[in-house]
Amino acid sequence: MSQVNRLNSASKSTSINREKMFSFKFNGQTFQGYEGDTLASALLANGQILVGRSFKYHRPRGIFTAGSEEPNALIHLRTGAHQEPNARATVAELFNGLVATSQNHRGPLKYDLMAINDLMSPFLSAGFYYKTFMWPKVLWEKLYEPVIRHAAGLGELSKLDDPDIYDKGFLHCDILIIGAGPSGLSAALAAGQAGSRVILADEDFQMGGRLNSETYEVAGMAGSEWVSNTIDALAAMDNVRLMKRTTVIGAFDHGIYSAVERKTDHLLQSDGKPRQVLWKIYSKHAILSAGSTERPIAFPNNDRPGVMLAAAVRSYANRWEVTPGQAVSIFTNNDDGWRTATDLAAKGVKIAAVVDSRSIAPLAEFPGAHIEMGTEVVNTSGRHGLQTITLSNGKIIDTDCLAVSGGWNPNVHLSCHHRGIPQWNKELLAFVPGGELPPEMYVSGAANGDLSLASAIKSGHDIANKLSKALGHKGRVKACAKAENESTANSDFWFVKTDTKNRSWVDLQNDVTTKDIVLAQQEGFNSVEHVKRYTTLGMATDQGKTSNLPAMAVMADNAGKTIPEIGTTIFRPPYTPVSMSTFAGRSRGKDFRPTRLTPSHQYAEKQGAVFVEVGAWMRSQWLPKTGETHWRESVDREVTQTRNSVGMCDVSTLGKIDIQGKDAGEFLNRIYCNTFATLKVGMVRYGLMLREDGIAMDDGTTARLTETQFVMTTTTANAVSVFRHMEFCRQCLWPDLDVHLISATEQYAQYSVAGPNARKLLEKVVDKEFDISNEGFPFMACGEISVCGGTPARLFRISFSGELAYEIAVPTRYGVSMMEALMEAGSEFDSVVYGTEALGVMRIEKGHAAGNELNGQTTAHNLGMGRMVSKKKDSIGNMLSERPNMVKDDANRLVGFFPVDKSNNLNAGMHFMTTGKEANTANDEGWMTSVAFSPSLGHSIGIGYIKNGHERTGETVTAFNGLQDNTMEVEIVSAHFIDPKGERLRV
Amino acid sequence: MIINHPLLGPRDAAEFVYLGDASLMNRPEWKGEDASEEQTEKTLDAYHDYLYIRENKAGEHKELWYHEQGDRSWLVVTRHTISHEITKVELARDVAVANGNKS
Repeated sequence: MSQVNRLNSASKSTSINREKMFSFKFNGQTFQGYEGDTLASALLANGQILVGRSFKYHRPRGIFTAGSEEPNALIHLRTGAHQEPNARATVAELFNGLVATSQNHRGPLKYDLMAINDLMSPFLSAGFYYKTFMWPKVLWEKLYEPVIRHAAGLGELSKLDDPDIYDKGFLHCDILIIGAGPSGLSAALAAGQAGSRVILADEDFQMGGRLNSETYEVAGMAGSEWVSNTIDALAAMDNVRLMKRTTVIGAFDHGIYSAVERKTDHLLQSDGKPRQVLWKIYSKHAILSAGSTERPIAFPNNDRPGVMLAAAVRSYANRWEVTPGQAVSIFTNNDDGWRTATDLAAKGVKIAAVVDSRSIAPLAEFPGAHIEMGTEVVNTSGRHGLQTITLSNGKIIDTDCLAVSGGWNPNVHLSCHHRGIPQWNKELLAFVPGGELPPEMYVSGAANGDLSLASAIKSGHDIANKLSKALGHKGRVKACAKAENESTANSDFWFVKTDTKNRSWVDLQNDVTTKDIVLAQQEGFNSVEHVKRYTTLGMATDQGKTSNLPAMAVMADNAGKTIPEIGTTIFRPPYTPVSMSTFAGRSRGKDFRPTRLTPSHQYAEKQGAVFVEVGAWMRSQWLPKTGETHWRESVDREVTQTRNSVGMCDVSTLGKIDIQGKDAGEFLNRIYCNTFATLKVGMVRYGLMLREDGIAMDDGTTARLTETQFVMTTTTANAVSVFRHMEFCRQCLWPDLDVHLISATEQYAQYSVAGPNARKLLEKVVDKEFDISNEGFPFMACGEISVCGGTPARLFRISFSGELAYEIAVPTRYGVSMMEALMEAGSEFDSVVYGTEALGVMRIEKGHAAGNELNGQTTAHNLGMGRMVSKKKDSIGNMLSERPNMVKDDANRLVGFFPVDKSNNLNAGMHFMTTGKEANTANDEGWMTSVAFSPSLGHSIGIGYIKNGHERTGETVTAFNGLQDNTMEVEIVSAHFIDPKGERLRV
Repeated sequence: MIINHPLLGPRDAAEFVYLGDASLMNRPEWKGEDASEEQTEKTLDAYHDYLYIRENKAGEHKELWYHEQGDRSWLVVTRHTISHEITKVELARDVAVANGNKS
């Protein structure tokens, strides 16, 4: 029989649509529910009381609440790659075809093999991990950690890529209203009428808060009707944005709030639409009207399926017309708990008992029900679902649902996000927002302690009205809706004191009992924060929404103090769990950051280039020819062709900074450690840039195009940071210099043309009126030219490869055609396009430093460029590079290395030891920074730093490879393996 | 956070890059050519303090932010390190000029 617990006599709720039946599966069994159900209400309607197993003891657990505070009913939602662990059944909106499974059990849910943990509970008390798995140490890796990892956690990840789309967005408003219960709705109405720009966000898929779950009247009509009228009125206002299914998860600086909107979670298929959106909301003011959460009373065996919060039972009956049991009992310490009995009885549900801890006159009578005043529940029975409760007066009552009410806690969470500490309110027996709230946050309704209806509606209305007026919005605001103030009388009763061995649960999700808390205190954990961490209280996915206060009451009682003396825990974002995919948004995989393509990318793609990520850039790593089977084949060929004839490489990724102004030369003098002001127009110079602490920051060449214009190149990696640094120097240090900077990295396609035939090739491309002969355009010359019949270009005679070489720059839009023109002109010379690997090989053969050498640890002195640091002028890093340790004689120096056995391959990262000495840090004399196979020399070569290296040429040392634990004899040589005198550059 | 840029109005902090204490603008003078040993020592000390010594205040803090995703202005932002309240935003260049910073 389907939906045994659906109340068919009552059919008044507008929250469910009985015309629309949904089919869903739980643990493989098919059930039916209605549109408007949550998975929890549908499971309860079908009599599925057992829904999961507890974290530590694997005790059977049932649905406990009707909202996002749920500690028990955590399930796997959906299947395969779409599977979401730890979804709360109480907020999962039902849809046709929903598939859910229970989690945290081995074998069937009803007969969980891990339930043996419950029998071992005497050994699993507070802090048992700390106590049990101390020693022997060797067992950690082999035994304890695997066992703990296997047993830990609740839900399981699919371990597959999340196939859904997630997005991010930005919203702006005058007033953000958090929570669309009675207070939030009346606030939105007042602010909207006044003319403020309003965002009203609510985590539920139906706005209205408790009004959908209660039988109260507002403005002379049913509460739910007033809700629906108010939403209609708000929806008609252009200045109001209604956001249901949207949880505001955090309050950040300067009125910025973060919210998660579940766009398609309630649909079977997302159909390409984002599943969730992470919103960043910029607000002038915010009204926190997040309502309140009912708290339980701790008593022995209070964790059985069927034991629920009283207001949740009322929600299921009123909103979803489901009764969680056929004979319902109530255990309360306050007047509000009685409403559950009244509402359920009105719907024809049998009330088995009302147990009130207060010795006062009964508030109502119910036919056939035990009314027990001044009485407590002291035990329960029923393995997989509640069967009986035992009272302090000895009575045993048959009941399958116990509704527990311990009073209400204002939802202060977001008020604490700037470390505002909640204050204890003696009348309410609860913490209310206090301390410093986030600026411009106001709290209304139950969240602020206005627990009864009329005051909640009024406080929202009044705050919104006042804020709108202050903002200058003068629209006519109608009077606030009228309602009754119901009784909120409560009492200072938190848990049942018992001397039996039966455990009383405080934190249902993390299996923390009253005994664990007492034990933690006995062991010296007196601060609530320490107890929390030691027992794991409130550290589960529900963050202690129902357990924190009862736990503090236990601590207070045990310590003989009051609750405010014990203190309080505060809350951090997020309010409810957020999936990692939502935080990632679109920034996943290749979209993690933008991809930058070089100007010759299309050309390289056509040649079948293998690309490599260099920062955000995709650069050609090598360009294999048909028949080549190994990357070395391609790279060796590219190097050989270049060294024998001519090769081209896209070097556009290097940073290009245009520097102009009367004082541009003086500015560069201060940025670079070497002199630049004297550089002649039409010439290029190598420059080394230091950080202020004297460490090498970046290097590159800078060309002087005119008296007042320079073009600097930086390394690819530092293009952004060097530009930032130069702007800092310009604006903050030397505002008197007449100089302006702009990045031109993306504006020019720049190619190196290197090799003995470089000039011959270029002569075919460069327009005839420009003399690029060795005399007319010598080494380190530069100039503005034109190519291919009038295309503007810049030519620099600089070399990274050590060959006769040029770099030619054209506007980026000519990138592909320039490369094609160069290759066409080069066909008679057997020209080649080479990638970053060949570029690397040639610069190592030449002994040029690059990123591996400029790793943030090296000085000009280490690089063998100590004398470049001009002492005739001020420059960044000049002073501190003089510190004694940075210029000491036996410092590491950059030199070259050969393997003594030339058939060996060197490894970058090898550390050097004097031969015969043990490989350890005490004997460490330096390390290999870059290695390559040199096709020119026919063996492996390397460059690196070694102590006093410049004076040790010819010496053999031991290179130690710690990763492979082997050593190799290497000979110290000059870092300039090819053409050490630089003759090739100048021909 | 929102930084109220003096030229561009309120901008999200995500557009900016943070550098640190605005005292980084107070770069000591160079020792000069042919400085005495004593002068060199003094200047080294001044640079050491400039680069490494920070007050690390709990309270109002003047700090440098760079509008990298915007107009590339360096700003001096006065921010309370506890509340993050921003009470003043100035163009660093204006501060540098007022401070007499010179090449």
